[in-house]
Amino acid sequence: MNIAVCVKQIPDPNVPGKLDDDRTLDRSGKPQIDDSDMYGVEMALQLVDKAGGGEVILVSMAPNGEVAGLRTGLAMGSARAVLVSDDALAGSDALSTAKVLAKAVERAGGVDLVLTATESTDGYTGTIPAQIAELLGWPSLTFAKKIEVGDGTVTIQRQTEAGYDVVEASLPAVVSVTAGVVEPRYPSFKGIMAAKNKPVDQVTVTDLGLDPSQVGWSGARQQIVSVGAAPQRQAGEKIQDDGEAYQRIVSFLEDLKVV
Amino acid sequence: MAISKVWVFAEADGDKPTSATLELLTKARELGGTLEAVHVGPNADALAPGLGEHGATTVYAVDPGDSLPGAIAAAALESLVGEHRPDVVLFAQSYDGRDALSRLSVKLDRPVLTNGTSLRVDGDKVVVGAAIFGGNTLVDTEFVGEAPFLAAIRPKSFAAEPSGGGPAAVVTVPAPDAGRAGEAKVRERHVEEREGPKLEEAAIVVSGGRGIGSAEAYEPLVEQLAKLLGGASGASRAIVDAGWVPYSKQVGQTGKVVKPKVYLALGISGATQHMVGMKGSENIIAVNKDAEAPIFGIADLGVVGDVHQVIPKLIEALRSRS
Repeated sequence: MNIAVCVKQIPDPNVPGKLDDDRTLDRSGKPQIDDSDMYGVEMALQLVDKAGGGEVILVSMAPNGEVAGLRTGLAMGSARAVLVSDDALAGSDALSTAKVLAKAVERAGGVDLVLTATESTDGYTGTIPAQIAELLGWPSLTFAKKIEVGDGTVTIQRQTEAGYDVVEASLPAVVSVTAGVVEPRYPSFKGIMAAKNKPVDQVTVTDLGLDPSQVGWSGARQQIVSVGAAPQRQAGEKIQDDGEAYQRIVSFLEDLKVV
Repeated sequence: MAISKVWVFAEADGDKPTSATLELLTKARELGGTLEAVHVGPNADALAPGLGEHGATTVYAVDPGDSLPGAIAAAALESLVGEHRPDVVLFAQSYDGRDALSRLSVKLDRPVLTNGTSLRVDGDKVVVGAAIFGGNTLVDTEFVGEAPFLAAIRPKSFAAEPSGGGPAAVVTVPAPDAGRAGEAKVRERHVEEREGPKLEEAAIVVSGGRGIGSAEAYEPLVEQLAKLLGGASGASRAIVDAGWVPYSKQVGQTGKVVKPKVYLALGISGATQHMVGMKGSENIIAVNKDAEAPIFGIADLGVVGDVHQVIPKLIEALRSRS
């Protein structure tokens, strides 16, 4: 069984983000694999292992040939990667991104299952998984907190407002996984060394048969009209616990008439 | 371009519209034009009074049977949109809303704006506001090109207010064949036992973060306190990622947005990811060992201390009162 995992390389989420002059995200720092995608990579490795054969293939897009984040996924055990890298991609909206990733999944070849996060940590549009499925004409099983694959079908526990639903479809399919679905492994030293020699198939938008005018700035059909600071909350009273601080919490709650 | 027709993708919570649906309808009334709803589920008749009361004149109803609704919804919406030409289609930033919106955007080849917290019509433009960088920066984005404009709005962005309308007229539409895309079937539904109010609707929310130390500490500290206060229990992403509590409890950018009367953050440092989901709370109480934790920057009452010391005493004090 071959599983493609969509991974995004993002700026360090612990560094306060900023926008460039063109109002795209400042990506000048060293990018890293989005933590949200680690779960998909780990899940894919476990499923392929269980199936007794196949490959985990990373699928990613970046405007500048960046591979630092992909190396993490390869070091964890993925076999290879398809990286769509093209200046034309800068400024892409979610739908254009999905079009590119769907084509990249096709290029990866023989994929039975696509795993994604539910949304990226930086952009968090959250539409890519089902958009990719729609473009491929496949079922999408979203917000999975548990996945099982067997006998040509995939079954998940799908997070709902009330609890979870058991959802099933035949393969090939797209599954988006919630954070915490599995515990991602740390890459071993051997894995890190091996990752340096694993193949990264770097392609352009044209290589995928897409028209560059359909992606990036020229393909985006949305425009930022203003950027401003959100109103800030002010800090209130701050006390050091001296063993009696709980009493202040009680009186605070009393003042609000909630106890 | 004046807005002549707005659609809301209506979702159900049992036999009532979800609060997010009613919030969308209330806001949509401001945009002008006809207001209609589309519901993909089995009991549109039960929803019709609530939808009508919040301004929808008609609800187009599609029963997806045991199919996961997203793909069926998108296929139905594609033909309904072609027939009725709404200018804007609004979705809640919910599980099913996101599935339907995503697939519809591909079918119609239209862009999406998601995570909206504001919505307005500006001349001939539809503008959606969203928060980025953990809610510190607000970005207004307009759609370019042709309608319909597809947007997802985060729950709790607007207040729901009835307009006093009569029940929406139910127009039943047969479920379309969505082909392989529609193949995902719901085999079982599990409702998790929940004591007390829903997280998004609770007047008091008690959330735990990594500072509680272990999965085992969640029940005696966070859940007990929430229960005593008649509130709901939540969590930071860190402890959801660590597998201590389920994703349904996550408060934050990638979880739920809550705006309770009181939010108690226990052992939560205040990553931007978390703060975007709770900084709209009326009052914030934070307890954390680290005096420099960012959560104290927005807390109305900050206690620098160990949750394992402070909270058991607080629970005991509250218990002795009742």
